[in-house]
Amino acid sequence: MKLFTDPISKNNPITVLVLGICSALAVTVKLEPALVMGLAVTIVTACSSFILSLLRNTIPPRIRIIVQLVVVATFVILIDQFLRAFAYDVSKQLSVFVGLIITNCIIMGRIEAFALGNKPWPSFIDGLGNGLGYGMILIIVAFIRELFGSGTLFGYQMIPESWYITNGGFYANNGLMILPPMAMIVVGIIIWIQRSFIRTN
Amino acid sequence: MKLKWNKNSNGYTVLYTTALVVVVATALALTATGLKSRQQANIAMEKKQAILAAVHKTDSVDDQPNKRTYIEVLYKKYIVEQYIVGEGGERKEGDAFAVDMKTQYDIIRQIDAGNLDSAQQATLRATLDLPVYVCRNDDGAYKYILPVYGLGLWGAVWGYVAFDDDMNTIYGATFDHKGETPGLGAEIATPTFSKKFIGKQIFDHGVFTSVHILKGGVSSDDLHAVDAISGGTITSRSVETMLKNNLAKYLPFLSRQSQPEVDSSSSGEQPVVDSSSEQGTMKNEQDKSTDQQQL
Repeated sequence: MKLFTDPISKNNPITVLVLGICSALAVTVKLEPALVMGLAVTIVTACSSFILSLLRNTIPPRIRIIVQLVVVATFVILIDQFLRAFAYDVSKQLSVFVGLIITNCIIMGRIEAFALGNKPWPSFIDGLGNGLGYGMILIIVAFIRELFGSGTLFGYQMIPESWYITNGGFYANNGLMILPPMAMIVVGIIIWIQRSFIRTN
Repeated sequence: MKLKWNKNSNGYTVLYTTALVVVVATALALTATGLKSRQQANIAMEKKQAILAAVHKTDSVDDQPNKRTYIEVLYKKYIVEQYIVGEGGERKEGDAFAVDMKTQYDIIRQIDAGNLDSAQQATLRATLDLPVYVCRNDDGAYKYILPVYGLGLWGAVWGYVAFDDDMNTIYGATFDHKGETPGLGAEIATPTFSKKFIGKQIFDHGVFTSVHILKGGVSSDDLHAVDAISGGTITSRSVETMLKNNLAKYLPFLSRQSQPEVDSSSSGEQPVVDSSSEQGTMKNEQDKSTDQQQL
């Protein structure tokens, strides 16, 4: 159980280990792609950790990293294919970032650090936890950015239309929110809050 | 676990990789084949949506619970004809919807580069397929949708431009891109940009000028220019070049459509042409009356 909860809070890959930042900045403008990205990474980390943990005693040491890459890449391509078939709009929004899951440090990091030295089931749980920890931060960031940047959540209008200046109100969307620098700032604030909590505990 | 093989031996490594690759390749190939038809349906749907967007038919598409069938129905209803024209404006055999615009773009670029001898030029020109989609509005007016394709800053840009039946005035346009800079060049895909093209004309007193995309403000009564996107200069310029190069290839088709007398082989058959154009207007009227009956 600790394997599962640790990476979500105390050992969160983004906020504590600061891994996988690049895609966290890129896909968090809207909630929907962030959610899909989080799920995709969770599936890839969990499944590839599981498979590689199964194979861990057979992998030739000299091509260890290559074997890891092949397994991870296979899962990523499978996910990409499924998204294109069943969630075409989302796959367009995510564009290259689905393919770039392969290079997401969280996955290789967890495989190297955990899956190659542990049994398949704990590895699976560890991958699941790390993926969800990543996805959770993505969703928090995307929630803030979509709400203040576009005034919507999952594409549904949240800020009343009558508030907008164009409709005679007092409110305008914050354009900075939809640009990548703001994602960096939001992630930074989350890291700050979380680390101060960890310290007090 | 006791292994017969030494894991560090070359033989083991080679065998292991081979087995791994075979397994992975099989899995990927099976998935790709299995999902191919669905993926292609998605791509076709997106194309249909873009074509319909050029004639302002997709305003309420996002409110539809079943987008795919909705677009299918709209497309069947409004796009009454699609065909391929050749370089001389003559109709060619083939499925317009299946024409790959990138291939056509490569052909156009080779022709325009001008470093080929005349025989090569002729064969290239013969292979040029220019798709035309004809839309019939509810009021019976015909709009002609022409696809355009070109290179942007980071990748391909493309779009659909719809013309009134004078083959001069732009009725609507839509653009898309592979990966222009978000917030800057990527703005060409927004309605804010494409709406500027409505009502613009590509001929200035009969001379082909295309539509210029200019920096620094365009007066609203300029019929041949629209505002560029600030910060997206290269992308704006690519759209301008794309329109000019692609539409230039459609010129014979455009002039044939707008002036039916060019259609007849000799000028001596003027009366025949007149009657045919009369038939044309009669046909339009008939269409209108059937419309009313349907209503």
